[in-house]
Amino acid sequence: MKTLVYLVIGVFFGIVMYKSEAASWFRIYEMFEFGAFHMYGIIGSALAIGVIGVQIIKRKKLKALGGQEMQLKPKAMSVPRYLVGGILFGLGWALAGACPGPMYVLAGAGFGSILLVIFGALVGTFLYGVVRHKLPH
Amino acid sequence: MEWIKDPWPWYVSGPLIALVMFVLLFVGKQFGMSSNLRTACSIGGAGKASDFFKFDWKKERWNLIVVLGAIIGGFLSANYLSDNTVEINPEIATKLETYGITSTGDAYLPTEIFGTESLSDPKILAILLIGGFFVGFGARYAGGCTSGHAISGLSNLQLPSLIAVIGFFIGGLVMINFIYPLIF
Repeated sequence: MKTLVYLVIGVFFGIVMYKSEAASWFRIYEMFEFGAFHMYGIIGSALAIGVIGVQIIKRKKLKALGGQEMQLKPKAMSVPRYLVGGILFGLGWALAGACPGPMYVLAGAGFGSILLVIFGALVGTFLYGVVRHKLPH
Repeated sequence: MEWIKDPWPWYVSGPLIALVMFVLLFVGKQFGMSSNLRTACSIGGAGKASDFFKFDWKKERWNLIVVLGAIIGGFLSANYLSDNTVEINPEIATKLETYGITSTGDAYLPTEIFGTESLSDPKILAILLIGGFFVGFGARYAGGCTSGHAISGLSNLQLPSLIAVIGFFIGGLVMINFIYPLIF
């Protein structure tokens, strides 16, 4: 039953990514050129609702299903980790024109070349795991 | 029924992404797509090379099912819910033409980069592999990607997520403004 819930969430997410064109290389390029409001509107409106909703959850101390805590733990503070990691991610995001969620969506949409991007992302993740002790966090 | 193939405007798409995040919170999970890459490495035996991949990946199974759903969602959208073209700002399209990308408005992804015939070009292969590499490495180093930081983290007013998102844009702007002119 739970499996079905996650599957439905995933299908819904995939459709939203594709139909919003957030999974399109063109839209990502246009965003970084500040050529349209579209992507900023998507992220901004998701955030506006997200911030309000999370505040309601916190103030009303709402619990997740089964009475467990909501996964809203604060993240450990650091500058180099988030800034350098973020910059590397941004370089890749703009080069491949896809971030992790849309990668899977595009694979389902039948773009075979995206499998190379996913392969590269797996290699990158693996290499991070190997060298992470040598990086500032 | 042609309207069903029209793209969704931002004010429909953004709130629906927020909905995905809230539904995951209510079932006790956190919206984040890049952690699946770590899980996949772990399943593939990467725990032999680094402790980073030694964890109980079965606890992350739920997120792999979300990925499976996203793949199905992509399939359904491309085949039944979209005409698979993307219209962007004409000025940006003109700029792309100077880079040799002329498929704007005719395709969902530029055929010059993602078309199967482009795979014989070593430069295109490098773009796809290196682009993916930076996404994977950067997402894990930063502890999250667009979904984990820009949506989940910022919704929770996390300063680390703001720093990460600023980093995403620094990286993206450097790529578009300084590196694209060198590679295209």
